[in-house]
Amino acid sequence: MNATNVEPATALAELRETKPDKVTLVVLSGDMDRVMAALIIATGAAAMGMQVTMFYTFWGLNAIRKENVSSTPKDWLRRAFGWLNKGGASRLPLSRFHFGGLGTTMMKKVMKDNRMPGIPELMETAQDLGVKMIACTTTLGLMGISKETLIDGIDQLAGVSTYLNEARHGSVNLFI
Amino acid sequence: MQADVKLDTLGYFCPMPIILTSKKIKELLPGQVLEVISDDEGIKKDMPAWCETTGHHMVGMEEENGADKKIYKAYVKKV
Repeated sequence: MNATNVEPATALAELRETKPDKVTLVVLSGDMDRVMAALIIATGAAAMGMQVTMFYTFWGLNAIRKENVSSTPKDWLRRAFGWLNKGGASRLPLSRFHFGGLGTTMMKKVMKDNRMPGIPELMETAQDLGVKMIACTTTLGLMGISKETLIDGIDQLAGVSTYLNEARHGSVNLFI
Repeated sequence: MQADVKLDTLGYFCPMPIILTSKKIKELLPGQVLEVISDDEGIKKDMPAWCETTGHHMVGMEEENGADKKIYKAYVKKV
């Protein structure tokens, strides 16, 4: 029998290379604080060598919409909805103490003063680190958001099967 | 402790020190030691955890008293 001696650390690194831990995050919320938590986990996991998939649905889609670009759905209901539901990574409101924008602006100032990255910066870091971004097609349709109005670098437009197929290999699956 | 490469993350909060470390470590050769300087207390637990997951070797951690808060120096050996 042939036995080959392998350095444990090398073996571990190789194992991670071939079968890394997988993390999936469903981002349903469009609140700044929740999306921030999701992105911190995503970037942290990617920095630890894990494969990360973020699945954006419902209000979470606002985080991956371009700013000041509106879709023009055909029916008036969804058009009206589009006027009320503005998107853009830097426009997300706090889940508490938003105070019509004042609270959120103050929070952003505190973050900036403390050199904490905001949602747009975290989003860019996540994309740099290879975090896979998926937008849910059903809720895109429901909310009248056209795919042209999403930011660049969205890897897939997909549905629940795609999410589950990723999540079943995941060791960390979170719903935010 | 002696390090080959230094990484200054002073003023940055979680997750930036870890993200900057994961980028910087790619520039090192296996066996070289990276010194990560941080004033985020979380690094005391986060750096060993990052090493455990990525397989790099945590050589040691030093604490110093800075101007208004503690400064941590984490030493990571690239595997």
